[in-house]
Amino acid sequence: MFGACCCRSESNLVCNSLCCVLVVVNISVQLRMTSVTPLRLVSRLFKPVSPVRTITLAYVTKQCDKGSTETYNSSYEPDIGNLYTEEHLSLRKTVRKIIDKDINPHVDEWEAAGEFPIRELFKKLGNAGILGVNMPQEFGGLGLDWSYSLAVAEELGYINCGSIPMAIGVQTEMSTQALAKFGSDELRKQFLAPAVAGDMIASIGVSELSAGSDVAAIKTQAVRKGDDYVINGSKMWITNGLKADWMCMLANTGSGPVHKNKSLIIVPLNTKGIERVKIDKLGMDCSDTAQIFFEDVRVPISYCIGEENHGFLYQMQQFQLERLFASGSLIIGLETIIKETAEYCSQRKAFGYPLINNQIIHYTLAELQTEVEALRALTYRAVARYIRGEDVTYLASMCKLKVGRLARQVTDSCLQYWGGMGYTKEVKVSRMYRDFRLVSIGGGADEVMLGIICKYMETLPTVK
Amino acid sequence: MSLRVLVGVKRVIDYAVKVRVKPDKTGVVTDGVKHSMNPFDEIAIEEAVRMKEKNIVKEIIAVSCGPQQCQETIRTALAMGADRGIHVEVAGKEYEAMQPFHVSKILAKLAQEEKVDIVLVGKQAIDDDCNQTGQMTAALLDWSQACFASKVEKTDGELTVTREIDGGLEVIKVKLPAVITSDLRLNEPRYATLPNIMKAKKKPMAKKTAADLGVDLTPRHEVLSVEDPPVREAGIKVETVEDLVGKLKQSGVI
Ligand SMILES: Cc1cc2nc3c(=O)[nH]c(=O)nc-3n(C[C@H](O)[C@H](O)[C@H](O)COP(=O)(O)OP(=O)(O)OC[C@H]3O[C@@H](n4cnc5c(N)ncnc54)[C@H](O)[C@@H]3O)c2cc1C
Repeated sequence: MFGACCCRSESNLVCNSLCCVLVVVNISVQLRMTSVTPLRLVSRLFKPVSPVRTITLAYVTKQCDKGSTETYNSSYEPDIGNLYTEEHLSLRKTVRKIIDKDINPHVDEWEAAGEFPIRELFKKLGNAGILGVNMPQEFGGLGLDWSYSLAVAEELGYINCGSIPMAIGVQTEMSTQALAKFGSDELRKQFLAPAVAGDMIASIGVSELSAGSDVAAIKTQAVRKGDDYVINGSKMWITNGLKADWMCMLANTGSGPVHKNKSLIIVPLNTKGIERVKIDKLGMDCSDTAQIFFEDVRVPISYCIGEENHGFLYQMQQFQLERLFASGSLIIGLETIIKETAEYCSQRKAFGYPLINNQIIHYTLAELQTEVEALRALTYRAVARYIRGEDVTYLASMCKLKVGRLARQVTDSCLQYWGGMGYTKEVKVSRMYRDFRLVSIGGGADEVMLGIICKYMETLPTVK
Repeated sequence: MSLRVLVGVKRVIDYAVKVRVKPDKTGVVTDGVKHSMNPFDEIAIEEAVRMKEKNIVKEIIAVSCGPQQCQETIRTALAMGADRGIHVEVAGKEYEAMQPFHVSKILAKLAQEEKVDIVLVGKQAIDDDCNQTGQMTAALLDWSQACFASKVEKTDGELTVTREIDGGLEVIKVKLPAVITSDLRLNEPRYATLPNIMKAKKKPMAKKTAADLGVDLTPRHEVLSVEDPPVREAGIKVETVEDLVGKLKQSGVI
């Protein structure tokens, strides 16, 4: 759940991943007849370019690294009805078993305690392969495509709180993806393999006190001294932060433009000079969220993921998966709330008949369920395109926007029909009301998603 | 030495499902209800797999008696690490009337056919709570038995088994061949990983009938009626000890 930069100011224009995508679009339009790989061109052309506003959505193209430039038309749509095979269902069954046996029976207790035994639980998930579904096999992962991760994310929706799916998502999709893709073998052996096995807890450190939506504005510095970086600064809102063994930190390492001066660095959190403070929150009670301070913290330069000063770009790439995870992991939770509300309203009587008999109630629930199915369809479509190698920033941003909005709508509408009960901590709907409220804020606020979608729609005014 | 183990795995209504009695009181509703492997049998499979990982055991055979769907239960055992499966198909009325005695006969026969050294089963199934199959199998085979095991260790030619008994633990030595039944604390079963689930699909599963094994399934007793437990009446909360004593007196309990 890290920040997302939205292109408002001119500096953002060059730093947001979206600009990058639009550049691709432009190039692709020009190169549709040729066989040049757009990705190479993108990296060459990745410099301040303001998007040319001449193309239409019809030309949002297939992802660059495939080298093909098929256009976006309906015959090109993937068959999302076939997204899940028997293997996906087997994987979901395993996840469900862990949830029913090792998670849900304890959730109330963990929520009350304000923490859950993350180490123990991650070890169980790691043993079952759940923490490395899309990770390379050399490092203990299952090496499967992201449709399997979606299957897992969806099943995690059966967990009776938001905190635990979030903790798992941070580990599998948000903190480790850049490391898996761009990290050296040595770094991956040391930090990725144990995270996949469930022996290490990972966290992602992007947001700061003064920089959330505007990621480019982060202040934390990592300065080279000999073979080390010396890190000074602080990170805010760090999920799994109190117990994590390491952080994938975005820090300033260079003096160039804001999108070319940052690196992703693995920082072991038992290093000298680190202090962690717990943050008290509205919901997500058993998730530990921390503010973390760094004072002259030394880590080897070899802990930099990929190339120095490429961190911003790497970080932008991880956004897609975080967004898809967010929508995937909420679908079942939302459906469950609707279902339980229907059940409650069938039993609860007012004015001589069950509440559910009021048309406004059964219609509202039908409306909400329709929205959830629409969200599921959108998510499946985005994932089906993603596994085909496309850049799905456009659809993934819509998934993230929609899931945040819908989560608020479903939990608020349903809570209403529970009456006073809905306002107590006895019922799941109130927990979900608090937990899911985060979704519109964390991992890029709704407005940031809207900004990205506007860019694709070419309706965002350019600020000079 | 490398041993062969036969593990019994029963398909039961999942422990999380709220069991409902059929309106005609002949049994409980099973149609459309989630089923899983009996949790004690999962522990038994896990123990066999751990013994294999320690090179004590060479081959694990998982057997389940019941309808077609038992094959899913066997597949689960195979995904956890069993080497092959045997499905003894018993369906319909015959399955409804099947009792631990019949299952013991089937297990005993298979144990002999397969020349196994250990029969490992759960101490009881969570649906009928009979707690008889292991014991009867040992009796039919005239093998040593170690029930309610919470720890199994191999000592030369024998097994040292810690048993959970009333008031504590009992450590016994048993000669092989032997029948062991697993208690809750024997181990914590693993979850099958996707690669192992996939591998399990290719592992062999033999199909047999009780007749193939020469076991007669004629029921020894008849179920007259299955009833819901009486509904517990709602209690009340009292503020003080005096209140409590007063209420108890009032209700004639004291
Ligand atoms: C429980 C929790 C867990 C988190 N976990 C992590 C983590 O593990 N790692 C991490 O790095 N971060 C994490 N975050 C941080 C999260 O990503 C940020 O809170 C989020 O990006 C918003 O940043 P901000 O809080 O600084 O809000 P701000 O950037 O100050 O924005 C405040 C509000 O302003 C509005 N806004 C912002 N930009 C625009 C715009 N362009 N147009 C219109 N309105 C706008 C939005 O409504 C936004 O909510 C977490 C946050 C929470 C609450």
